[in-house]
Amino acid sequence: MDALFFWLFAVVAIVSSVLVVGQRNPMYSVLLLIVSFAALSGLYVLLNAPFMAVLQIIVYAGAIMVLFLFVVMLLNVTKEDEGNDPKPRFVIGPGPRRLGAVLAVVLAVQLIWALRTIADAPFMADGVGTTVKDIGLRLFREYAFAFEATSILILVAMVGAVIIARKDR
Amino acid sequence: MLPEPTLNTYLALSAVLFSIGTAGVFLRRNLITILLSVEVMLNAVNLTFVAVDRFLGTVDGQIIAFFVITVAAAEAAVGLAILIALYRHRETLSPDAFTTLKW
Repeated sequence: MDALFFWLFAVVAIVSSVLVVGQRNPMYSVLLLIVSFAALSGLYVLLNAPFMAVLQIIVYAGAIMVLFLFVVMLLNVTKEDEGNDPKPRFVIGPGPRRLGAVLAVVLAVQLIWALRTIADAPFMADGVGTTVKDIGLRLFREYAFAFEATSILILVAMVGAVIIARKDR
Repeated sequence: MLPEPTLNTYLALSAVLFSIGTAGVFLRRNLITILLSVEVMLNAVNLTFVAVDRFLGTVDGQIIAFFVITVAAAEAAVGLAILIALYRHRETLSPDAFTTLKW
């Protein structure tokens, strides 16, 4: 049963991610990315990490993607600006783009080849200390400083975003 | 029947997703889509953290993934603010249009 769900979520995640990159209209890209995030959230549930699954939906799909949607609607850019290249060509496009496509394929091949050289490792038995309580205790003890530093980072990012996007300068 | 997923399966899936994100950053000519591709890459890394976490039976990976999410939120906010400022300046979102710093 787990295997069926894993492959279902994996296929959904990969297909929607490919479509995110392949779409011309940024609006569709954002909506497809939400589908991809939902699939990843399902994978987190399969990995015994319900906290991450919920966080993925609430913070990523709920907050960050809404921010993206707002900007897409605000700027109203439905078409990609192709510049002086009238026909979009992916693999045989101009130099840097062609190189980029090749590099991405090489990266995927390399990563998967690296994984093939190590032994296949099954997961540990279920129920090994990954409850929300464990995460909370560890987060507010060992990682308390990092947590506070993150709150300052968010504050600075918020102020910075407001100042950068301000109209009068 | 389908093969049971192991740690390597999850890591391979993560590698594929990361490569898709990389390809997006290189191939797209729209700053919004490039930012979205970066989010895809960040999610692939998060999947690695959570999968290895499950393998080792710890919670540290999930906490790091939590920090990755918060940093991604900050990055998205600042990135989109810069994008709005650039669009106001040049009326386009093509990264080829912003070459003032190019020598």
